[in-house]
This record gives sequence, C-alpha cells and structure tokens, in this order.
Amino acid sequence: MRLRERDRSAAPAALNAIEDRSPRGREVAEALLAELSPAALGREAPAHLVGITGPPGAGKSTLLSAIVALWRERRRTVAVLAVDPSSKRSGGSLLADRAVIEHDPRDDGILIRSTAAGARLGGLAAPTREAADLLAVAFDVVVVETVGVGQSETDVEEVCDTVAVVVQPASGDVLQFLKAGIMEVPDVLVVTKADLGDAARHAERDLRAALGALGSAHVPVVAVSSVPPPTGIEELADALDEHRERTDLVERRPRSRRLSALREFVAEHGEGGLRGLGGRREAEAFLGGRDPDESVSALREALEGLEAKA
Amino acid sequence: MRTYAGHSTARESNELYRRNLAKGQTGLSIAFDLPTQTGYDPDHELSRGEVGKVGVSIAHKGDMHALLDGIPLDEMNTSMTINATAAWLLALYLTVAEENGLERSSLQGTTQNDIIKEFLSRGTYAFPPEPSMRLIADTIAFTVEEVPQWNPINICSYHLQEAGATPVQEIAYSISTAIAVLDRVRERVSRESFPRVFGRISFFVNAGIRFIEEHAKLRAMAELWEELGRERYGVDDDRYLRFRYGVQVNSLGLTEAQPENNIIRIVLEALAVTLGRSARARALQLPAWNEALGLPRPWDQQWSLRIQQILAYETDLLEYPDIFEGSKVMDALAAELASGAREEMAAVAERGGAVDAVPYMKTKMVESHRERVRRIESGELKVVGQNVFTEAEPSPLQEGEDGGIMRVNEAVERSAVEAVARWRSARDGQAVTDALTDLERAAADPDANLMPPTLAAAKARATTGEWAEALRAIFGDYRGPTGVGDAAAAPSDDSLGALRERVERVSDGLGRRVKILVGKPGLDGHSNGAEQIAVRARDAGMDVVYEGIRLTPARIARTAVDEGVHVVGLSILSGSHAELIPAVLNELEQAGADVPVVVGGIIPAADQDALLQAGVSRVYTPQDFEVSRIMGDIVDLVAEHHGVAVASA
Repeated sequence: MRLRERDRSAAPAALNAIEDRSPRGREVAEALLAELSPAALGREAPAHLVGITGPPGAGKSTLLSAIVALWRERRRTVAVLAVDPSSKRSGGSLLADRAVIEHDPRDDGILIRSTAAGARLGGLAAPTREAADLLAVAFDVVVVETVGVGQSETDVEEVCDTVAVVVQPASGDVLQFLKAGIMEVPDVLVVTKADLGDAARHAERDLRAALGALGSAHVPVVAVSSVPPPTGIEELADALDEHRERTDLVERRPRSRRLSALREFVAEHGEGGLRGLGGRREAEAFLGGRDPDESVSALREALEGLEAKA
Repeated sequence: MRTYAGHSTARESNELYRRNLAKGQTGLSIAFDLPTQTGYDPDHELSRGEVGKVGVSIAHKGDMHALLDGIPLDEMNTSMTINATAAWLLALYLTVAEENGLERSSLQGTTQNDIIKEFLSRGTYAFPPEPSMRLIADTIAFTVEEVPQWNPINICSYHLQEAGATPVQEIAYSISTAIAVLDRVRERVSRESFPRVFGRISFFVNAGIRFIEEHAKLRAMAELWEELGRERYGVDDDRYLRFRYGVQVNSLGLTEAQPENNIIRIVLEALAVTLGRSARARALQLPAWNEALGLPRPWDQQWSLRIQQILAYETDLLEYPDIFEGSKVMDALAAELASGAREEMAAVAERGGAVDAVPYMKTKMVESHRERVRRIESGELKVVGQNVFTEAEPSPLQEGEDGGIMRVNEAVERSAVEAVARWRSARDGQAVTDALTDLERAAADPDANLMPPTLAAAKARATTGEWAEALRAIFGDYRGPTGVGDAAAAPSDDSLGALRERVERVSDGLGRRVKILVGKPGLDGHSNGAEQIAVRARDAGMDVVYEGIRLTPARIARTAVDEGVHVVGLSILSGSHAELIPAVLNELEQAGADVPVVVGGIIPAADQDALLQAGVSRVYTPQDFEVSRIMGDIVDLVAEHHGVAVASA
C-alpha cells in the first residue's frame, strides 16, 4: 500500500475512491480505510491534523498560503483539504479557494484538495473526515479549512487535533459568540491583518480579555499579517506545534472517532435510531467500551448492530 | 485618429508605425505584449507562447529606442496601453526622448495606468492592489510637475463593459476608480497642484451598439465628473472640470459569425461618441472587423482608420453645435443613468472605496455578464448573424491564404529570448544591481516616489522583468479575486433543469459528482469566458475548480491530478494556443492524468484541426455562444471518456 509508505502520488486516486458513493466505490473506500486504520497501522496516523476555520473574508486562505510556505521551509509535507460551501440549489459548487495558496506545482510535498461541503447538516461530510484520516497517514501536516463561525469549529474539532479560529479585526461576531458561549473555545485564536495596526491590537486585546473571563487565558492569541513581509506566521506555527505536544493523542483521537461514529449514525438513522439504542448516554457508554483503535465505520457498524438487536 | 498597433519585435512595429503615420494617422497607440504588460522578460516561464503576440515586446531601453527610431516624439501624441508596468514603460519612453535630445516638457501622450480595471476585467496586474495604487499616485505626482503635457492615467470604463458591466455599472465603477486614485494623489502633491491633477485625469470609455443610450451615458459621466470635482475636491476652474475622454468602441458585440457585419456595428458605435458635441470624444480608436477571429492585419486596421476619416472629413458631423441640446429624451436618459450610478457609487463607497470593493464589483459584473449571455442564448437579445438571420453566403473576406487574420512569426519569441540574454551579458552588471537596490529601498519607504529610481534603472539598462521582480520582492505577488465564488446561483429555467438532470445521471454513474477544472494558461487575463463557463458549470450541478488567470501548464496539470477532476477546460484569447495547449497536454500526460481536455477562445479555423490532432477533445469559439449547449457537450464527453453509459431519460 503506497500511502502507508508515505508515497503522496497515491493520494489523489485514494481521495477519488473516498468520494465515490456508489456501492462498489464504498467497498473499495472501506477496504482502503481499514488498511490505513490505527488498528491496521498499530498506532495513530502520524500527521498533525489542524483545523482552520473562521468567517468568510477573514483571510484564511491568504494565511494558509503563508503558513504552508513556512511548513515547507521546515521540511514538513502538507496536505490541505479546503471545504467550500456548496450551492444548495443545483448541488454544484465553485471551488476557488485553492487559487490563493501559492505553491510550486513541482513540489511533491504539498497537496491541495477542494471538497464541497455537501448538503449535510451539522458536522463535516463523512468524505471530508475520511479524506483527512487517509491523508494523515502520508503527510506531516493535514489542514482542514472550513468556513463559518459558531458551529464549524465544533465540526472541525471532531476531526482535528488542533483547531485554530481565524478572526479579522473589527468584526465582532467571533468575540460575541465566544462571550455568549455559542462557540466553544478553540485551541488557538488567530487575528489576521495585523498590518492594520490599532484595529488589530484592539481585536487581540478584546479576545484575550474574553478568554480570561472564560477561564481560558492559556489559549494563545496570535496576530498575523500576510502583507509582505508576513509577520506572526512563525509564532502561529509554533503555537500549533505546542498545542499538539500538549495533546494526548491516544486519548483525543479515539474520542473524536466515537463522536464521529455517533454523529454519522444519527445522520443516517435519526434521533429515533438513537432512542432505539437507549439514548445518547447509553450509546456513548457503549462506544466507550470498544477498542480505542477501532475505525469510525467499525464503530458505526457496531452501533447499527446494537440497534438491530434492540 | 489612430489605431491600436504593435506586434512582434520593436523593429517591425516601428516600420508599422511609420507606414501608419504616412497614411494620415496623427499619433501612436502602442500595444505591448503580455509579458511586457505583466512585468516578465521574454525568457520567463510564464512568457512562453506570448512574446510579441498581442503587442510588441519591450524588455529594455534598447527595445524602446528601436521602437521609436526616426519618429519625432516632440510632435507625437503617444498613447501607451500599459498599466501594472506603466511607471517602467513611461521611464523607458522618457529615457529614449532624453537620449534623443528632447525636453520632457515637449512630450505629449497617455499611459493607461488604471489598475482597478485590471483586477476587474483585463487581468494584467503585477502587484497587490495598494502598492499598485501607490505606483499610479507616484507617476501622477511625478508627471504633473516634470512632464506637464502628459496624461498619466486614463481611467478605463472600456474594459468594464467588455466584461459585462451595464451602463450604470460602467459609470459608477470607473468614477469610483477615479476617486480612489485622486484620494491617494491628494496626499502626494501640493494643494496648489491638485486642481491641475484633477484636470489631467482622462477616461477611456466604451461605446456599444445601443448608441442612443451610450451617448446618454457619456453625458451622465460628464455631469458626474464636474459634480465630483466641485463637491468632493473643491475644484472650481472650468478648464479642469471638463470631462475628457477617449474611446475605443465595443469589441464584445463583434461577432465571429458573418464578421463583415462588424464594420457596420463599428460605424454605429462611433456615432455614439461623436454625435453630440458637448459629449464628444477627444480621441477615437476603432477595433478591426475581424477581432473575434484573430489578430487584425494592417489592411484591417486601415479600414477602421478610414471610417474615422470619412466621419470627420466627408460628413457634416463636426459642423454643428450640440444637436441634442434641449432634447427631453436625451436629458431624461442621462439623468436616469446618473442617478443609478450615484446609487452604485454609494455601494462601492460603503465597502471602503474602489480598492476594497474590487471583489464586490467583480461579482456584480460576472452576474451582469451572465445575464447578457443568457439573453443571447434565449434570443431575447438579438445579434444578427449569431442568433438570428444566421443563413449566409460564405464571406469572401476570409478567403485569402491567411484566413483573414494576421499571424505572428513563431521565430519572434526565440529571437527575443536570445536577444534579452545578449543584452544582459553586454551591460555593466554592477550598475544594474545598484539601481535595483535603490529601487527596492524606495519601494520599502512609503514616502518615497518610485519614479526617480525607476528612471535610474531604465538608464542603467535594467530589464522589464528585473524592474518588476525588484518590486515584487517588496510588494509581494498577487492573485486577483475571481468573482465566481460569490456570484448568485442562476434562476432555474427549463434548459438548466434538463442539464442538471444530465449532470446528476452522469455523476451517479461516476460514483461522485462530475468535477471540472477551468483553467487559463499563460498571461492572457481576459477571464470573462472562463468565468461564465465556471459559473454555468456550477449552476448545472458540477463541482468546479477555478484558480483564476496566469497559470503555468505544470500548475494546471498538478491541479487536475490532485483535485481528481473528470475534465479540463482551457480558455485562451491571446493567440498563444498553439504553444500553450500542447504544453498543458504534455504536462497532463507526464502527471499521469487521463482526462479529456476541451479548449475555448479565439481559435482560428486553421488551428482547430491541429489542436484536435494534438489530443484536444473539443474546440469552442465565439461562434458557440450557447453556453448550456457547451455544458451538455462536456457532460457527454465526460460520460463517454469515463465509460459511463447514460440512458436518455
């Protein structure tokens, strides 16, 4: 299996397989995921899974362009999954985000893949989660980029080790959402457009104050500017690394898989299906008793088996 | 009176100018090739296939000397269609004049120098928006003192209409651009000079086929311009408040089908800007009848020059005062456009002015253009020869051996690549390095004016690519907004409904949604066509990957593979398809991508077969105006190529 040997040229075809929703395609995808699961690998996939999210126009793509360049300088291979909101009416989507990420097309250490968010309500579409898991085997850093505020960071958290929320100065929504408790406290906060000077400093100060009030003063707030010469990018990369070092992966990843399995089960079978399992708490307890290395689909199937028995 | 000209080498263009001057042309209008316009030397990777194509290649002052050889610059009015690199080309022009013993104050002419419309429509930008605006402000602040008869900027509404803007949008976005420029120049010149700066701003306007409305548009612009001068900038001298503009009439409405009809369209469009004296153009430039087919030949340009001469010398057009004075219809129409434009200008101002509102304006224009394309497809908008009265005799104008268009000798690029290498090795390298270091230092200091170090670099024999590279090192590179991501979804109609069903069926067969990469290889920045295809493909239910303009073949291939697309659509209008398309095919093959490639653009009939033989699956030209039909064709191609059997419903 070339991906296990970290051969990135196998990644695009594997991603195509993941996206294939036909019954035969699903079989291939499931087999692929099983081969790359922690159970098969004997350990968690090595990549640092980083979620980058924030409101539209906050400067996420420009920021990504700068930090991807830095990671490449630091000799880390990077895969970016850019999740675009798709057009509801037709089901089609315009995936234009990757345009902003400057990269050398001959550099094999980087892969950018755009995916449509799809019609799914709440949470990332299953193919995005599966794609991230798969890329995590072959790359050093896997970024999941999503648009939104309030829900998107929770969605990304389910898939990623570290979640960074990107805020631009003078847009108060993230601050309000934090204060009101609508939004969970992310692992890192990023204030873009630091070149704006005072406005950026105010935003940074307000965020720190809000974090302090929420008892999360330890969460780093990093101010960055993508206007040349870019500033703050190294600090951000370091802050992401530090968070990863503090994180107990052996605890976080299995928990994420259990959450994903449960959410996907509910998306498929509805709240009624959940009641059939004896309610959410019962289901969580059941999952908690399973082998921590089990993949999301194995866990989901286990839930389905439980439902059938009930 | 002049025609927009220039191609291949400086020497050949020089001969062309001399011939045109002998035929009665009264000025020069220099067309530069895309590498010169975007700040790359002929031997840069992105220049491949583009050198000497849509204009002349000028890589250094030696080229500029050759281009202007034997032409009395102090008697010329020279218009240079140059924007991102305007400061540099102006410096080369001034250097040549100086080395020929002329005073700067004797020089007359115009640098286009309007970057906003490059972000919105034409795509030949080189630096991010703010540093680009600074370069403009610097050239204005410099010329108003040093080259007082020079028009340092020509704000272009022309290209906005070409990209689909309505008359109201054309007025509002161009005047908003003027505000963005004037606000910045105000900080760089003295209070006393400012009214003169206002008076030196001129416009480059489009005139379309609805020529009554177009005339009203110009009256509305004149009114808004005076209002702006008095109210926002406190200018009260009438001389400086006059709305000064030149015109190139519409190319967008020129058709590939029955192209001889275009000459009639051009005449009517010329009337829009000449009929009424109080809104008459200062300079008129007419396109050639065969622009939608390929590059015009000298004979084609001569025909356009003759139109102007007949209007000026045979008709009585110039003998009367304003013939619309007191016309209720004209006044009402102008007032309506002006009021619509005021509203739209307010929308731009709300978004922080023209620079910050580029994404907003771009999205609005993509939507307007889509509406225009839809109306042509549905037949609501009638275009003779294209969607009505399509039965026609073959045109004898296209029967010549050249197919009725100009061809640039393929050897031009190779010799330009060699020539620039020779130039670099024959000069004092240290002097160039020093000049470029000074330039970088000035670029990093926001208070410095960039014109003096730019002139010094020109004299020291730096090249176009070196000048731009030095500035890119400080200002950064830039990729403009595409405007497609935010374009609202199309209203559903029957043809789209049927198309969506087809896309769904093929997607089901493939197992995942049909995914298309829309790419623009090379330096050509005319992205309307690509944008319309991208938006329509999305509306039809496909996943569309669009990365904007200026992509290398390697990047296109890489994106196609990494994104796992089912088909690649390439758009090229600069005439470089013969080099670039095979280069993309080759990269795709090397990358192991098994995807069909379709090509759209201005592709002469003779080249279509060659592309098909090289491995392209379909070629679309302006004649294929029904975007939905192209989409259906592409979906079928995807189904066929990837072995999906689609039973018709």
